[in-house]
Amino acid sequence: MATDIQTSPEKASNDRTRIIRDGLRRRHTSEQIFRGLGIAAIAIALGFVALLFVDVFRKGVPAFVQSNLHLSVTFDAEVIDVGPAPARADFPSDAEYTAASLKWQRDLALLNWNTIVEASLRKAAPEGFEIDSRQIQSIPETNARHQIREMFVRDPSLLGQTVEVDVLASANAANWIKGNIDRSLGDAQQQLSAPARQLIDTFVENGTISNGFAWTIFTNVDSRAAPASAGLLGAFVGTLWMMLIVVLLAVPIGVAAAIYLEEFAPKSRLTDLIEVNINNLAAVPSIVFGLLGAAVFINWFHLPISAPLVGGLVLTLMTLPTIIIATRGALMGVSPALRQAALGMGASKTQMVFHHVLPTTFPSILTATILGVAHALGETAPLLLIGMKAFVASVPATPLDQAAALPVQIYLWQGNENRNFFEPRTAAAIMVLLAVMILLNGAAIYLRSRLEKRA
Amino acid sequence: MDMLAGKVKKTSLNLDSAMNPTDVLERPIRLTARDVTVHYGAKQALHGISIDIPDRAVTAFIGPSGCGKSTFLRCINRMNDTIEGAKVGGTIKLDGEDIYAPALDVVELRARIGMVFQKPNPFPKSIYDNVAYGPRIHGLAKSKSDLDEIVVSSLRKAGLFEEVKDRLQEPGTGLSGGQQQRLCIARAIAVGPEVILMDEPCSALDPIATAVIEELIDELRENYTIVIVTHSMQQAARVSQRTAFFHLGNLIEQGPTEDIFTNPVNKQTQDYIMGRIG
Repeated sequence: MATDIQTSPEKASNDRTRIIRDGLRRRHTSEQIFRGLGIAAIAIALGFVALLFVDVFRKGVPAFVQSNLHLSVTFDAEVIDVGPAPARADFPSDAEYTAASLKWQRDLALLNWNTIVEASLRKAAPEGFEIDSRQIQSIPETNARHQIREMFVRDPSLLGQTVEVDVLASANAANWIKGNIDRSLGDAQQQLSAPARQLIDTFVENGTISNGFAWTIFTNVDSRAAPASAGLLGAFVGTLWMMLIVVLLAVPIGVAAAIYLEEFAPKSRLTDLIEVNINNLAAVPSIVFGLLGAAVFINWFHLPISAPLVGGLVLTLMTLPTIIIATRGALMGVSPALRQAALGMGASKTQMVFHHVLPTTFPSILTATILGVAHALGETAPLLLIGMKAFVASVPATPLDQAAALPVQIYLWQGNENRNFFEPRTAAAIMVLLAVMILLNGAAIYLRSRLEKRA
Repeated sequence: MDMLAGKVKKTSLNLDSAMNPTDVLERPIRLTARDVTVHYGAKQALHGISIDIPDRAVTAFIGPSGCGKSTFLRCINRMNDTIEGAKVGGTIKLDGEDIYAPALDVVELRARIGMVFQKPNPFPKSIYDNVAYGPRIHGLAKSKSDLDEIVVSSLRKAGLFEEVKDRLQEPGTGLSGGQQQRLCIARAIAVGPEVILMDEPCSALDPIATAVIEELIDELRENYTIVIVTHSMQQAARVSQRTAFFHLGNLIEQGPTEDIFTNPVNKQTQDYIMGRIG
């Protein structure tokens, strides 16, 4: 060691450089390892997301194709023997006319419309094709008879006429056509009888059955009796109602609470406690909010079960902490210089907040809000607990009507026993939900960049 | 006409005050502070500051970093109120009125005592809206043309109008640092304050922008009582008529600027001016 000290300054400098250089190699290596790990982490995450999307699309896209049966339906006067539709002029009062109309419609409903559907199917089948009545009825969806009855109710002059009508093929027929079911399975494992399968294939060949875009997914409500006609409209509107309620309640309450806590509330034990609890609330499992909603809104306030109002209230409770935390974060980020400038001009605290602080934080608050709402709309668990897993086959006209929601609809379809048909349909519903989410997130990004550019 | 006169006689060194060093204290006293103390929690930042600030003159507070000069400045328009845990003792009177009296509205006080900060902090709004903000919130303009007039005259007084007259609707944050600071001065003037507090207004500016602001301060003292905190002794010498030297939370010495710089009484003041503490 003694010799080291006595070495020349040049040698000492060289030694130092060497030591640094040796260390440098180690530092570069560790940096490269860290980068590699980071890239691997991102690759894995993106890989799974890609896998999810590919799988959902692969399964879901076929569900957007539906099989239609083109039939020439004859409104046979022998089957439809209920007499002419009542005319208003024949009755002295509105009440009597309404009663007569209702009776006429009831009589229509009691008719066996299936015979009309069956007749049109037999007309389309090859001459002399042997198939029994039940078997041939399994080809169109069960709602075909309602569809034809509705046509007649709207236009009684169709009596005796023959018109071209498109009806949906049944879910089982669709499975057979799309190959959702293994064609090599024996009769015992097939949902459709052998003649029915043969006739379907014939129909596909002669053009009686053709595929088209399944607008019904967007225009129909859920259906169990006629699964091929099941759509998302009810669930979509239910989700929209809930979104409306969340936006109307969570946003003003959340933002106001955040502003008060951040800007006005005196720092005290109480506000500390509130802050801790808000942070805790954000971490509470969503199903607990569902229980709370069931206990408070349904048992206590006696709000209707399965209503978007209750769903919206529960999701509001769930979203509030997120919005409050995000808004407070944004407010905290406002530079003290801006606050001082406003106060120094003689602005009151409220003026400072509303003239300067809020406008500058508006983009971040908006983004956080949209993301919070989007997150809430994807929630399923709390909705199950307030009864929104009920089968609802109507479009909710008000937030108090029974309704489904998109994520719950996915859950319900996922559980449907006709797996072959509902697996693609579930994937399609997921695609619609994802589209809504991506749209909302996209709106958040767009608004943010736009507003920030303007500021 | 006052403004024109100010422009003509402006010089880098303030001859007016240098020749009549005792002149300014004969003017009416605008602000009187007696035994002002400030505590930040347990820490005492100011120890019994007493000072008189004369009307229509520039009073400079000098001293090393952390000496309490900015703290005291912020007591004058009660900006310390906004700091959690700050406690102010003693009395400060503006025209004989206690500004810490419970009945006094701090909003009104800040309309009478404007402030310009260390870093230019225009609002992220248009140049016009920056200047119009004060008159708007205080309801000083009865009509749009009133407001236009206030904005233009304030920008003129701040010596900024010619540079920005074609882009009043552009954001104030797009101006250069020196222009931003003059915009902040225009913004403060627009409310028609009696006193303007300036907290190291040039510390973020380059020498040329600094010179422009100093000239402006010299002009403004015709109409306003100005209190300026500065790190730069040269600046204090150039723009002020009276100087107060702060050290470790105490007001060590105050007097006509000329006297403080040429003939300081206190040893600490001497040391600071000679550059031995700082």
